[in-house]
Amino acid sequence: MRVMLNRWLSSAVAKPVWFVVSVLPVAWLVWGAVADQLGANPAEALVRATGDWTLRALCIVLAVTPLRTVSGVTGLARMRRMAGLFVYFYASLHLLAYAWFDMGFELPDIAKDIAKRPFILVGFSAFVLLTPLALTSFNRAIKAIGARRWQVLHRAAYCVAGLAILHFFWMRAGKNNFAEVAVYAAVLSVLLGWRLLRRLQQS
Amino acid sequence: MLIKSQDNGFNHLVASEITPQAIYTRRRELLKGAAAWAAGAGLASWTAREAFADSAWGSRLGKLAALNTQASKVEGALTMEKVTPYKDASGYNNFYEFGTDKSDPAANAHTLKTSPWTVEVEGLIKKPGKFALEDLLKLSPLEERIYRLRCVEGWSMVIPWIGYSLSELIRKVEPLGSAKYVEFISLADPKTMPFVGSRILDWPYAEGLRLDEAMHPLTLLTFGMYGEVLPNQSGAPVRAVVPWKYGFKSGKSIVKIRFVEKQPGTAWNKAAANEYGFYSNVNPTVDHPRWSQATERRIGEDGLFAKKRKTLMFNGYEAQVGQLYAGMDLKKYY
Repeated sequence: MRVMLNRWLSSAVAKPVWFVVSVLPVAWLVWGAVADQLGANPAEALVRATGDWTLRALCIVLAVTPLRTVSGVTGLARMRRMAGLFVYFYASLHLLAYAWFDMGFELPDIAKDIAKRPFILVGFSAFVLLTPLALTSFNRAIKAIGARRWQVLHRAAYCVAGLAILHFFWMRAGKNNFAEVAVYAAVLSVLLGWRLLRRLQQS
Repeated sequence: MLIKSQDNGFNHLVASEITPQAIYTRRRELLKGAAAWAAGAGLASWTAREAFADSAWGSRLGKLAALNTQASKVEGALTMEKVTPYKDASGYNNFYEFGTDKSDPAANAHTLKTSPWTVEVEGLIKKPGKFALEDLLKLSPLEERIYRLRCVEGWSMVIPWIGYSLSELIRKVEPLGSAKYVEFISLADPKTMPFVGSRILDWPYAEGLRLDEAMHPLTLLTFGMYGEVLPNQSGAPVRAVVPWKYGFKSGKSIVKIRFVEKQPGTAWNKAAANEYGFYSNVNPTVDHPRWSQATERRIGEDGLFAKKRKTLMFNGYEAQVGQLYAGMDLKKYY
């Protein structure tokens, strides 16, 4: 099983398949918008769905290394960069949906909104923090800054995970409705906890 | 990319494009008449309702019992704005007893048993008692009122409600001079309401109004919408509607109305006092701590890329209700 998975993951089709799977949610949302299938408030549905998919993509990219180590399916490592870029892709769509549907692209209003509302500020900070990670995701960038420093920089992903959960938690706080927040927080805690545990064991 | 909703034909830029209600109603009468001529009187009302259901207010109508109404003469009771399609008004609801997602109530509220139903009226009144729903329905003629509904979450609808001014009931029970507030208690039945028992709110759902707010002719004791009895997810069989306040002030599925001296605790105020005040008048100048209240999205009407519309003071009912709050600091009493 492990051998088969590894062989498949190192094949030429693995990445294109991973790409198509990662794009499916957005294709589904676009179809939903065109076919008027997003419910009574399609704008809200788009903002929420892109936020949900950002969190899911974040869980997926942070699961790659633990899964690889635990299962021995080393080929998973090849998928990590694309998975990371999809976090940024969905985060960008989420920000775009908010700026467009919620704020009508009024830049001064958006700036005021970010300054005024802590949960928007936290979400926006997570996006800002993700940007250098996305920009340095190609091989030459790694060489240019040095592998070690690149690695330190990309640990900011853990910070992004924390901010994203805080953003979601705050969004739901007024209505005391934390069931979904708890699910993402639990998954991310396990993934970050696993790393912490390993670090402690190694030292 | 231009995404058109199926309701584009109803986007009226100028008021003159809107069919006056009298003509609209006459068309319905004509339709009824034609149906009567063609198919006999027995079939007529059915045909008219089907045609009606398929036309302006959208599908899924015609499944619940119809209610006979007269047009309201209360000032401000009949906005001429385009009515929200029935499928949106009945499919996009906050009714946390049946779930927190806005599609949950429509999916889960079928378990609610609305008959028999009684409303207990008690407290500082001369004539306390229990009212059977049938008696409440006969207490005063039912009127159709087309109100804007503004949710605290920043969306709005236009809904043709059916009911009569709550003041009709209040006069019948004769409040004592000491009664200053009216409290509305909703049903909290864990057997039929799956989320009663969750810790989201302090059940039963409770809401309240100052007595003069409750006596205002626009405050509606509501039994139906879109020509029919209320669907369960909209607060069947009887609810309040207070059009100049955020939607959550209008308690659903009411089982008790209590007249009290002190301002009653209300469900959302108890859950998050800094976000949901007792008054909760629609007010574009007082923001919710986590979002602006200056604008709103009209459900089912504005296209996906349309700008949100500006929220009106007191949801556009300032001329009717502004004097209730004369001299009050609405930033403090939000």
